[in-house]
Order: sequence, then structure tokens, then C-alpha cells
Amino acid sequence: MSTLDFSTKIGSKRFSNPIFTASGCASSGQELSQFFPLTELGAIVTKSIMTKSRTGRLTPRMAETPSGMLNSIGLQGPGIDAFLENDIPWLVEQKAKIIVSIAGETVDEYGVLSRRLRAVSGISAVEVNISCPNVENRGQVFACHPDTSVAVIEAVRRNIGGELPIIAKLSPDVTDIVEIAAAVINAGVDGLALINTLLGMVIDTNSMRPKLAGKTGGLSGPAIRPVAVRAIYQVHQAFPNTPIVGMGGVASGRDAFELILAGASAVSIGTASFGNPNAAMLVKSQLSDLLIARGFNDFRDAIGFAHRGL
Amino acid sequence: MIPHKINKAAKQILAEVISNKKFGPYHHMVFAVGDMAASIKPGNFVAISVGGEQSSLILRRAFAIYRAIDKGPMGGSIELVVAPHGQGSSWLCARAIGEFVDLIGPLGTSFGIPTSNANAMLIGGGYGSAPLFALAELLKNRGCRVDMVLGASTANKIFAPLEGKRTVSSLTLTTDDGSAGIHGQISEAIPRLIRELGTEVIYSCGPMGMLSAIAKIAKEFDIAHQCSVEESMACGIGVCMTCVVPIRSEENVKMVRTCIDGPVMDGSQIIWDRKEVSDLMGL
Repeated sequence: MSTLDFSTKIGSKRFSNPIFTASGCASSGQELSQFFPLTELGAIVTKSIMTKSRTGRLTPRMAETPSGMLNSIGLQGPGIDAFLENDIPWLVEQKAKIIVSIAGETVDEYGVLSRRLRAVSGISAVEVNISCPNVENRGQVFACHPDTSVAVIEAVRRNIGGELPIIAKLSPDVTDIVEIAAAVINAGVDGLALINTLLGMVIDTNSMRPKLAGKTGGLSGPAIRPVAVRAIYQVHQAFPNTPIVGMGGVASGRDAFELILAGASAVSIGTASFGNPNAAMLVKSQLSDLLIARGFNDFRDAIGFAHRGL
Repeated sequence: MIPHKINKAAKQILAEVISNKKFGPYHHMVFAVGDMAASIKPGNFVAISVGGEQSSLILRRAFAIYRAIDKGPMGGSIELVVAPHGQGSSWLCARAIGEFVDLIGPLGTSFGIPTSNANAMLIGGGYGSAPLFALAELLKNRGCRVDMVLGASTANKIFAPLEGKRTVSSLTLTTDDGSAGIHGQISEAIPRLIRELGTEVIYSCGPMGMLSAIAKIAKEFDIAHQCSVEESMACGIGVCMTCVVPIRSEENVKMVRTCIDGPVMDGSQIIWDRKEVSDLMGL
């Protein structure tokens, strides 16, 4: 019988397996924990949290599209105080590996959030979401420009202290994602999360108006997987030593394997959990079988395999 | 903070289609669900994968449970009333007996039952009446008077099976086109019926416009109103945050998930007027 070392590393932190949840697709874990123990995940990445509680957008917030969906939630959430008071202790009690995703409207807000996280035990990494497309002003998407991306990462770096790995979540809606990746790597991130949703839109041909209350939304699901594979491949080629948490339409072990071959050190399950709450567990077992079938004893040997010999 | 009301009984199963019959413009479908049936309460819903494995439809569809039978000839079963409106519901309606569907249930909240005998009015729009029949039976067994009012755009869109009609003390029909019962919108008939029947509590299920009109009437009469709301859902299990409705809270307005805090909610808590919501949010 073949054995597989399924563990992976992001910065200084080790994870028992490379299957994570994607931020915004697992809430803070309670809902999915009905279906499987959260300890089975490499890590749970919590929904991006802001300093204050936030109502989010009006409905409709969702439109199904071919092999995908648009969402326009607008970062609804309880705010950092309630999150640290309720959600983190619960997740710690479950013994889940926790990656906290943070989002801000200003560079300062990221700094404030990082300062709050600094003293919290039980967190394995922080994901800095600089790429949520559901903000009122497109100019607020920090990940669209190298200088604003760097400003945020520097604010996080200054305030977080210690060894907590910083993962920057980038947008594929840019001319050159490698340029943005280069900027945040120079600013000191330990890893990258690729990719956030793509900005999209659906018009209801009956009402002849935009389907979503927020007009535009983030496109996710299998429809965007080739975009994720491309982004991961390009960035891994340029920075083979920077771990990438890959995501974008992964619904099977085969899909996860594709992102890993492109260069992902871990794979997050997002929209697939909406269709199947056990999707992460399905992907995990299928991926493990596939790696063994392909002759890998160590998961890490498969990372970026598609680049070999080229 | 509003406490989590996650339905702890929810399970994901493969459920066999054991009956699928046309009922007017709808399909009455029965699924074998085993033990799940025992944990279902009136008002709960299920979320079903549609389209098959190679489908481009990636999201589940939510359906209110019409009835649940704990121990039938096929073990536990649930019944749904499905309108083949879109691709997903049409796919479901096309399932043959013996096929299996991926089903999660029971999900969401259920109708609250009054602690003492009360005159209850159950109001259903279109096939929104489906979950009200199990509720009617439960209320009747608790000694409540149950008056049912069912409305639709036209006669054949009213879902009112014969056995369901027997459980109620009175049944009033309304149609927008006058093809059956009272001519006009369902909400127009309600105030007079409340006075005549001495209604003390209202339960409703149907389109949001109808629920909103009933909420207004319930407020005028100062009657408790529990409604089963409908907002488009991506997951049904509380992770996607798309199916929210605005409710009143200390911070003006709070968006709550209709899959966790609903579908059955207190009609007086919901802010039905969209403009009011926008104003409160400062949009």
C-alpha cells in the first residue's frame, strides 16, 4: 500500500492537508460542521471580516450562470469584535486550523484589524483580502494597483508582528497579475491566494434590468477555473518559492490536482460547497487517490509539476 | 446578536423518487427519505441538486415540504409540490420513479404553534399553500380553529388537494381573474375574513408581494403573523449569505438568512418596503 504525505506549508505554518475552504464560502464554520468535522480540513478560511459590523447589499444578491454564479454580498459581517468574541473561540474549541481573512475600506482599517489579530491565539495565518469586487467604488479594489496593494501589505506587516504568515488574496481582473504578485512579495507576504472572483454582470431579459441589486457581482464556480489555472501558472513560474493557495471553481479531486500542477501549495473550496456541503471532503479524498495513482508519495512533489522539463 | 438557529437535524442523503404525478400545473412528488421524515416540522424545506452530474447548474434548489410521513409503506417519505418554472425545477419534475436525487433536509425554521387554542388563519398563494396543510393538521390536533384562504392568478394554479381541504374549518378561494372563488387579490379578501372569523393568528406562505400585503393587514389588526418567505438561495445551508431579508434591529437594519432564521419568520420584524431599507442603510 502506498502512503502519502499530504501535509503542506505556508510560510512557517504546516497544515495536515492542502484542502482549505475559500473565504466567504464557509462563513465561520458552524454551518459546515454539521456535515463534517472541521479538523478534516487543512484549514478553514473564515469570511473576510472588517472592523465594524456591515449590512451588505440589498437582494437579489445572487444569479446563477452557466457552470457558475455571480454574488454580490458586499462583505456582510459581524465586525471584528463580535468575530473575535464568538467565532474564533468556537473554532478553537473545534480544534480547527484557522486562517482569518480580513478586508478594509482603507489602508488604516487593515492595520487596525491586524493589530486586533496580533494577540489572538489559535490562528495559523491571515489572508489579506485586497480584491473583493463588491465595493461601491472600483478604485477601492486595492489589488488592481501594485502601489495600493503594497500599502495594505505594509500596514498589515507593521501591525501583525510575530510569525503569523500573511497571504495576499489577489484579483484576476488586472492586466498583469505577476506584476501585482511581485509587488506584494517584495512587501513581505508569505503566500498568495489566487484567485478572487471576476467582476461580472447578468441582465434579466424579462425585466430588462440588471439581475443583481448591486448591478455587478463576483463570478465564481467551474466557469472561472481556467482563469485560476492560468493565474497560478504565471505567478508560480515567476515566483516558484512563494506558496500559493489556489482557488477558482474546484469541485473535484481532478480540479484540485490541476491547480496543484499549475503551482498551488493548497487548494480552497468555494462555490462547490454551496452545491454540496461535503465538497471539500470529496475533493480531499479524490485528490489523495489521484496523487497515489500518479505515483506521488509526497504531496509537495506535485506542486508546480506542470512546469517541469519545459 | 441574533442566535444561530441552524437546523441540527439536517442531513445529506440520496433520496429515491417513489411517486411523481401531475397536479394541475404542478408536480406532486414523493421521495423516500428514511429517518429524516421523523425530524421534519411544518415549514421546513429541503435543498436538492438538479441537472445531474455533468450539469452546468451548480446550485441546489430549495423546496418547501408539503408533507412528511414518518412510517409509510416505503419507510419515511416527504412530499413536495414543484412548479416546473425554470431549468432546475423542470429537471426535477422530469425524474422517473426509481431515480435518486441528492437531497439535504430538513432545513430552516418551522411554524410556531400557539400555546393555547387560537383561531388561526392560513393564507397561501399559488403552490405556496403546500406547507400549510401539514400545519393545519397540527393546529387542528392542538384544538385550534383553522380557516384557510388560498389564492392564485387563476383557478388551476390554486393548490388545494381534497384531503387537505378536509382538515380545515373553512376554505375560501380567491383568484385574480375571477375563475374561482372571490374575484380579486387574496389580500383584498383578508380584512373582512379576519373580522368575520375572529382570527387571532395568521400563517402565510406565497410570493413576497402577498406576504408584504398580509403583514400590513396583520399590523392594522394587531395580530401575530408568521410567514414563510422566499428569497433566491445559492446554498440553503447558511454559508453563502445570498438569501437574506432585512429585519429591524438596534442598528436600524440587519440582513438575516432566510435559510437559517427563516423561511418561517415573524412578519412584523421584516422591513417589507425596499425604500425604507435603502433609507435606513443610507443608500
